[in-house]
Amino acid sequence: MKVSLFVTCIGDRFYAEASADAVRLLRSLDVEVDFPMGQTCCGQPAWNSGHLPEARRMAEHTLAVLKDAEYVVLPSGSCAAMLRCTYPHLLGRRELSDRSYELAQFIVDILGVHELGRGLEGRRLAYHHGCHALRELGVREQPEQLLRSGGAELVPWEMDQECCGFGGLFSVKTPEVSTAMADRKLDTLPAAETIVSADGGCLLQLESRARYRGLNLEFRSLASTLWEARRGSP
Amino acid sequence: MEVHSRDYAKRARAILRDTPGVREAVTAATRSFDDHRRSAFAELDGEALRDWAEGVKSHALTHLDRYLEQAESRLMERGAHVHWAETAEDVHRILRELVEREGVRRAVKAKSMLSEEVGVNPLLEAEGVEVFETDLGEYIIQLLGEPPSHIVGPAIHRSLEDTQALFSERLGTATDASPEELAGAARGILREAFLAADLGISGGNFLVAETGSIALIENEGNIRMSTSLPRVHVALVGIEKILPRLADLSTFLQVTSKSATGQPVGTFVSIIQGPGGSRGGEPDGPEELHVVLVDNGRTRLLADPEAWEALRCVRCGACLNICPVYRQTGGHAYGYVYSGPIGAVISPGLVSLEETFPLPFASSLCGACAEVCPVRIPIPHLLHTWRERAVEQGLTEGTARSLMKGWSRAATHPRLFDWIERAMAVLPDGISRRLPMLRDWTRGRSLPRATGPTFREIWKDGIE
Repeated sequence: MKVSLFVTCIGDRFYAEASADAVRLLRSLDVEVDFPMGQTCCGQPAWNSGHLPEARRMAEHTLAVLKDAEYVVLPSGSCAAMLRCTYPHLLGRRELSDRSYELAQFIVDILGVHELGRGLEGRRLAYHHGCHALRELGVREQPEQLLRSGGAELVPWEMDQECCGFGGLFSVKTPEVSTAMADRKLDTLPAAETIVSADGGCLLQLESRARYRGLNLEFRSLASTLWEARRGSP
Repeated sequence: MEVHSRDYAKRARAILRDTPGVREAVTAATRSFDDHRRSAFAELDGEALRDWAEGVKSHALTHLDRYLEQAESRLMERGAHVHWAETAEDVHRILRELVEREGVRRAVKAKSMLSEEVGVNPLLEAEGVEVFETDLGEYIIQLLGEPPSHIVGPAIHRSLEDTQALFSERLGTATDASPEELAGAARGILREAFLAADLGISGGNFLVAETGSIALIENEGNIRMSTSLPRVHVALVGIEKILPRLADLSTFLQVTSKSATGQPVGTFVSIIQGPGGSRGGEPDGPEELHVVLVDNGRTRLLADPEAWEALRCVRCGACLNICPVYRQTGGHAYGYVYSGPIGAVISPGLVSLEETFPLPFASSLCGACAEVCPVRIPIPHLLHTWRERAVEQGLTEGTARSLMKGWSRAATHPRLFDWIERAMAVLPDGISRRLPMLRDWTRGRSLPRATGPTFREIWKDGIE
């Protein structure tokens, strides 16, 4: 099987190693990974802030770059939702949308893999569900299942499905509200070693707030954590 | 009500900075409302109910002319006076005439968001009428001179301690009075007001076209008193509150109550179909019933093919309760009577986008509201619609517009994009902190770490 990785702008810049882990993980599952070099940003920042022509231009660009992909896999829930759910609305056509998947969604739903390995044995993790993965893609079980099967304990977190407060430009237009939302997440966090999420935007938000507050917490992308589960397998 | 929505960001900041207790009170109250809603819907097929409720409301709204006239006829047959108010000023004129003709000195008011919208209290006070809000939450904010901060719980931003202090100062209760004692103190005053009032003003949760019935849901009994004790009752009803049949009502009462507070149905439901007058020599209800059908921007919104669905709203507050943005500040940040997600999509339609344009941006687009709305208003979709219009009309800041133009240019020129992504790693922090967006990001957050190679560079080098 062959997939084209859409690394996303945040993945390219802020989570480059995590994105490389996504490649390692997919290859270890016998998937051939291709990286079309012309890819850039899916257009979500423009779409979310009401800049439709700009969002369309970026969506068209992305479609053109990825047009030959058998599957598109993204290590990001919200960008995957952009391709799957928003592009049809934005462009009036579905090409690519039905072939695009968030990483865990692809592994479980398309590859049919439910266990990666036991490399997370004894780890206590808190999982943050990104809003778009959860409510637009309907991805809830897949990442949790893969993490648990890796031996991790997912600690119950009453706020695990509440928004982190990122929201793209929202985070800089109303920084006080945005950080108060991050605080609600951080202040309800149970004792866990690491906070894991499939979304770079959420991780940037939570990590930047935690560091500002001097909280000693580890944040990790889902891709890297899943690769850890896999790599540790016998 | 005056509109202060353009100051959303400033107001939100001030609330979080100056009154941190508001965030705690609002979060606790909304989470409790939402927990109750969740358990109430766990007992039944909520999705089927929502489908049905959406269908009935959409049907009623798309046949509004017919149903409104039907309701008017039924009400008039039973001796009610029906008034049509196109604007808030029309409501004022109708009330002013009534006050003068009936010589009204004292009015009791049942909780009504529409009365806040059209500014009933300032009008009556200007006419020399003494106005008593009789819902406990409304009574509290009336004492404070504040607008409601939540559709269902107008005083949810106040803690018990706040109210103890307020009542102690204004009503002379003990500083550590229990909630029961506080309610008792208010009741003492309001009982007198009910008996002395010559006018009762209410809203209306629903207006049934088939029977001309106004339905009101409540928990305190004050609406029952406000609408039955005074000689004259005025019900202000938004034209979008129409339901076709009486059979629709019982389900809507349940859907609304469950969504609002998780109750199977409100403690009291009043169904009013005409004036009471005297039965067998005993006074029974008001002598006069005036129903004011209020438009105030609703017809204009209904005619908007991309935004009209917000009119399905039954004002249950479920979207406020689940909204993580609303939970941080409560409703006052929004600067208008309707706050939270529904406020962000209905206020631009009822007032104007020019006066309220920051509201559609007061959301992280998390989508939680859409999951709980009992009439399936596609709130995130409507937020997008208003955002697009705000940008098209040039209402948003130039910085964001230039940034998006620049970003889309970079994103369609991969080599430029690549250069920018790499440049971020070598940009000194001192400069980053001064860049437009990052300057705001670092108000309360560390700079994100953009060190090392980009993924593109790693890929070129080969991944083992």
